[in-house]
Amino acid sequence: MIRLDSLTKVFPGSASPAVTGLTMEVGEGELVALVGPSGCGKTTTLKMINRLIEPTSGVVEIAGRDASSVEPHVLRRSIGYVIQQVGLFPHRTIRENIATVPLLMGWDRRQVTTRIDELIELMGLDPDLLDRYPSELSGGQQQRVGVARALAADPPVLLMDEPFGAVDPIVRGRLQIEFRDLQRRLGKTVVFVTHDIDEAVMMATRVAILNSGGILEQYDTPEQILAEPATPFVARFLGEERGLKRLALRPVSHVELKRGPMVDVDSSPEEALRVMSDHGVQWVGLLDGGRLLGWAHGESVHGPLRELVAHPFLVVLQPSDSLRRALDAVVTGHAQVAVVVDDGVYLGMIDVEKIAREITG
Amino acid sequence: MILGQERPFIEWDWISRNIDEIGQATVEHFTHTALAVSIGLVLSFGLSLAALRWRQAYAPITWVTGVLYTIPSIALFTFLVPIFGLNSLLTSQIALVSYTLLILIRNIVAGVRGVPEQVTEASRGMGMTDRRIFLSIKLPLALPAIIAGVRVAAVTTIGLVTLTVLVGQGGYGLFILRGISRQFLTEALVGTSLSVMMAVVVDTSLAGLERLVTPWNRSASGT
Amino acid sequence: MIEFLGEVAAWFAEAENWTGARGLLPLTVAHVSLTLVAISSAAVLALPGATYLGHMGRGGFLAVSVVNIGRALPTFGVIGVLFPITLSFPVTQSPLGYWATLLAMVVLAMPPMFVNAYAGIRGVDRSHVEAARGMGMTEQQVLAKVELPLALPLVMAGIRTAAVAVVATVTLSAWVGYNTLGAYIFVGFAQRDDVLVFVGGLVVALLAIITDVALGWVERRTDPLRRRRIPRQDGAASGSLYHQELSQSPLG
Repeated sequence: MIRLDSLTKVFPGSASPAVTGLTMEVGEGELVALVGPSGCGKTTTLKMINRLIEPTSGVVEIAGRDASSVEPHVLRRSIGYVIQQVGLFPHRTIRENIATVPLLMGWDRRQVTTRIDELIELMGLDPDLLDRYPSELSGGQQQRVGVARALAADPPVLLMDEPFGAVDPIVRGRLQIEFRDLQRRLGKTVVFVTHDIDEAVMMATRVAILNSGGILEQYDTPEQILAEPATPFVARFLGEERGLKRLALRPVSHVELKRGPMVDVDSSPEEALRVMSDHGVQWVGLLDGGRLLGWAHGESVHGPLRELVAHPFLVVLQPSDSLRRALDAVVTGHAQVAVVVDDGVYLGMIDVEKIAREITG
Repeated sequence: MILGQERPFIEWDWISRNIDEIGQATVEHFTHTALAVSIGLVLSFGLSLAALRWRQAYAPITWVTGVLYTIPSIALFTFLVPIFGLNSLLTSQIALVSYTLLILIRNIVAGVRGVPEQVTEASRGMGMTDRRIFLSIKLPLALPAIIAGVRVAAVTTIGLVTLTVLVGQGGYGLFILRGISRQFLTEALVGTSLSVMMAVVVDTSLAGLERLVTPWNRSASGT
Repeated sequence: MIEFLGEVAAWFAEAENWTGARGLLPLTVAHVSLTLVAISSAAVLALPGATYLGHMGRGGFLAVSVVNIGRALPTFGVIGVLFPITLSFPVTQSPLGYWATLLAMVVLAMPPMFVNAYAGIRGVDRSHVEAARGMGMTEQQVLAKVELPLALPLVMAGIRTAAVAVVATVTLSAWVGYNTLGAYIFVGFAQRDDVLVFVGGLVVALLAIITDVALGWVERRTDPLRRRRIPRQDGAASGSLYHQELSQSPLG
């Protein structure tokens, strides 16, 4: 979808190039993150795609067409652009902000209104906000409007420059997940600049690690980069806890879960005792038709299981939670196991040993 | 307190007797002000566009308009009188207009330059042409600063128009001049007070206009 | 045009025009001394109050009002009103027109001085002030040793704005009977003597420009941080806040 060929940028008065002969491709529907330290040319590269900065040499191709073959402002109308401080027009209402590019492209009023309604639902925005001014919105809301505005004319490509940097960490975390899910759903091609490797790993389908001067050190899936950093620079850039970062990519549902010492409450006490001794533990987990009730001490098992007091498990996970979260929960909760439950239905359990085997395996 | 003549301090019926002339002077005074400020605004816009386009132009433009500002308006009259004549509207207008240029240019340029960087970047990234960006983004957002400049220019000009009587133009200055030559306090006081009142009315109206055309500032949280 | 300038030059060539009763020298002296008296009086009246209020952080609204009223007051009118009034008190009756002009000039000069001094003191970086207090300086010492030196450029800017305005407007004294350089213009208008009018305007203009440049030089020299400041884009234009709209924060 986007092809960069030997893209180079030398700024006047500068001794060394900001970007040197960068060659890479972004496939349709991919979310590619450009990551690197300050001065690595990631923002410059992004801006060369929509010609906010003109390349010194090299080619940018979008959907097979040379980007330099059209007028810059025409090109930009078919590319969504989101920046860190959003840049909403203070003197226009939210509605007018979002409608900007469609109106620029000559859509009629009715099309625009329909589209705006679609977008606010997509972005989870309150329709009441439409007639307010940007200064009346919170940081998170403004960011969402910024994305809505970029998507308004339904461009195939979206460029984003540290879009979630200006909000607080809690809001940022939520926005990251929402946007990633949104992109997967819409299938837009997104190029995304960030200095935060964790953000890149979490959101991107592929990550490009850039060094000073726009040198491409590695361009691969997050999983691959974390597993096998191509150069010492990449390894250093990934940081200390590379292994843990890998764990963050694996949901517990992808791991083979243990059954554990579980019995149905309608089984006999003898059955419960047998399960406990099979697993070599002093407690038993109680299920009711597949739904998890809790656990009980071994000594309290002598009568009907239904009458037992079921203690809740300390660590309960969802299938989408990552292994890293599992490990953290187990460590924080001083628990021995973490149970995985999908909407009340018991799926299995995982312990520290199992997690450790995933890390090394 | 008597003024050496058998007259009360302020002769109120002088005012009612001359109400017609006062009305006429008001119209003259206002028209001269409006004319000077409008012409000044048009010229300042042109010069500001030049200064915004070419960065190096700003310093010489401010220098020249600064010198014009420093030269006393009376002195400007004296330079223009030999050329345009003593009772000429042109003489007074040229002087009045030159006085407004510095403040208007300064405010227009500062207003446009003061538009937040990220707003301009976002508008470029969305595919707006430079012209559209200037007209629909930068200019509206610069309005508060521009109107502030017009306020100062208008108030200053209203005061200066009183001087134009010295080169044969009317306005409230007529009453002041006559008050001086006849040592008549009431007349001079009327001329002065009316000038101040017009300045206050114009200033307040322009402030109201500013609030009218910038609805987004009103709803900002914290205002 | 050339002819006209020739006549002007001829006027300057006449010695009588320099030293006579209405000669250039005596009139300039009268003009400048009236300016000096007005500026000093205005400074004495405006500066202490302004620096005190600025130091205390109060009176911002007063400063804004002073500026707005000052700008709206037509000086010509103020002279015109004061003239008959001064004529009715023996003290201010002579020299004719002197007191009316002087008082009007003081009124003209006070707003820019007040506002600039106020904003100058208020604009001093709070961290310097707190450091000084922390070192044990008394309030007067903080004001004298920290705030005033740092505020000096703006105070000077205010004096400069006021001085230029006064130099320009003292010209009007001629209309109320006191002879300064304005006499050339006044008499010239009356006698339709274009050369005289031009001479008057020329000399006043030069005087105003010289005052502006000279005080501008002083203003720059009083800046304790001048070597480290980024040079301003608009060259020598004054930093005076009187030329700008003041409804916003410097006085907030």
